[in-house]
Amino acid sequence: MRRRVAENLAAYGFLSAALVCFAVFSWYPIARGAVLGFQQVDFVTDPAWVGWENFERLFADPLFATAWRNTLLFTALALVFGFVVPFLLAVVLNELRHFKAYFRLIVYLPVMLPPVVAALIWKWMYDPGPGLLNTALRGLGLEGAAWLDSADTSMLSLVIVATWANLGTATLIYLAALQSIPGDLYEAAELDGAGVLRRLWHVTVPQTRFVLLVLLLLQVVATMQVFTEPYVMTGGGPEDSTVTVLLLLYRYAFYYNDFGTASALSLLLLLVLGAFTALYLRVTRKADA
Amino acid sequence: MRTLIAPGRHRAGYHVALAVTTVVLTAIFVVPLVWVVLSAMKPAVELARVPPTVLPETWTPGTYAEAWDLMDLGRYFLNTIVVAVGVWAVQLAVDVPAAYALSRLKPVLGKGILGMMLLTLMMPAAVLLVPTYLTISDLGLLNNPLALWLLGAANAFTVFLLKRFFDQLPAEVLEAARIDGAGQFTLLWRIVLPLSRPILAVVSIFAVVAAWKDFIWPLLVFSDPARQTLSVALQRFAPDTPVNLLLAGLVLSSVPMIGLFLVFQRHVLAGLTAGSVKG
Repeated sequence: MRRRVAENLAAYGFLSAALVCFAVFSWYPIARGAVLGFQQVDFVTDPAWVGWENFERLFADPLFATAWRNTLLFTALALVFGFVVPFLLAVVLNELRHFKAYFRLIVYLPVMLPPVVAALIWKWMYDPGPGLLNTALRGLGLEGAAWLDSADTSMLSLVIVATWANLGTATLIYLAALQSIPGDLYEAAELDGAGVLRRLWHVTVPQTRFVLLVLLLLQVVATMQVFTEPYVMTGGGPEDSTVTVLLLLYRYAFYYNDFGTASALSLLLLLVLGAFTALYLRVTRKADA
Repeated sequence: MRTLIAPGRHRAGYHVALAVTTVVLTAIFVVPLVWVVLSAMKPAVELARVPPTVLPETWTPGTYAEAWDLMDLGRYFLNTIVVAVGVWAVQLAVDVPAAYALSRLKPVLGKGILGMMLLTLMMPAAVLLVPTYLTISDLGLLNNPLALWLLGAANAFTVFLLKRFFDQLPAEVLEAARIDGAGQFTLLWRIVLPLSRPILAVVSIFAVVAAWKDFIWPLLVFSDPARQTLSVALQRFAPDTPVNLLLAGLVLSSVPMIGLFLVFQRHVLAGLTAGSVKG
């Protein structure tokens, strides 16, 4: 009994710093965020309760719809590139028996770059004149593109950067998952007359289903919050084509000092992302049990 | 081991696939980086030329030193190191004892506390941006690295990883030390930490890399230019800096992380699969 009390005291001693940090920087902001969305908050006057006014202001802002459209476009494109490409890349790399260490090294190299550095490097590579990308395209006899300078390609250009910078992580996680697939499954499928594509679809995909699902959900949640690339590379332009939800939120909070409306937008984002996050937790918890 | 395609068959096809993969991946992931390193050594006039030169016609490696001085990179390196080392130290100092307590001491309400911590992982970072910023501002921690240190300490994922590792430590060893009269602090410091080196390495690297790569929090916290980290300073300098100098600055600011990766590759890659997802 005495030992239990002593252990509890020790435990709470050990926990105290963490409890303070979590309380101040996580739990309190969560609660505060829910309230802020219904308040008018600036640094000038005291916060005042305004009900749904912040939401009404948001819905009246033409950029609101634009930001959601752009964000969904970014997420959709990022899924095509950032989700499918790493998987196929991992499948190919898993087949190759040479240079394994080299491939692992180079696909992960960009992940180590600070996102701002990657964004600034690519901003320069996208330069329609001396930029590396158009130079390479012209070298192949193709016409270059305007990349960041045109509203048609700006979002695609940002997705390319984000994918280049982050695909190493997903690729290596898939690679680890692929290596745990028992070889006899492929053998059996082949004996049954399944070609390469059918083996990929009926053995590889189901065997890695869990990892695929988890990374899919994580990717959606992460890409819906895209900020650094548009902030650093385009500032939302051209013609508002890269204003994302988070960029709009940032503008409301830190250009207009309208923290209430920014918080209202946060709450809407939470509403959308909450579903994906809940799904993610369900999936991972089931796998843990 | 047998994979999608049986080994040994299609030998010619294999070598073609290997060559194509090597060339394509090198072109995508290595060439841009080498290109930046080389381009930074071209004079500004040569850098603007269309089509660009591959190797600099006039080598001006001095741009690296010039960029260092012009952008005062020494200061921003120091600021970034202060943030990264602080995040690392505070995160370990706060989260290791917490995870130990939750794992081995099993206090009353321990499960609830861990649940509340893990709940914060459910919150998309963007949603907490404004309330956390206002809280930091209320505490008077704007332009103070302490804000980032404490923010980094509230890391549920680190607590979770550490707790899971501590859970697996052999109970007999800890009990034996207890019988020898070791207090909880001695137990943690002398027995648990030495046994936990692998996970401590993973958590440490992740803390440092995340702090070095972070952009949005330093951007919000450090409005004072003298205190900014490399990422924040570089994007501020970008519009008005000659391109060759900016590129040199970008290369210089990537060196520590790339170096860290090359040295600790094994740990970084182990950390990737450690907690995130199981195969």
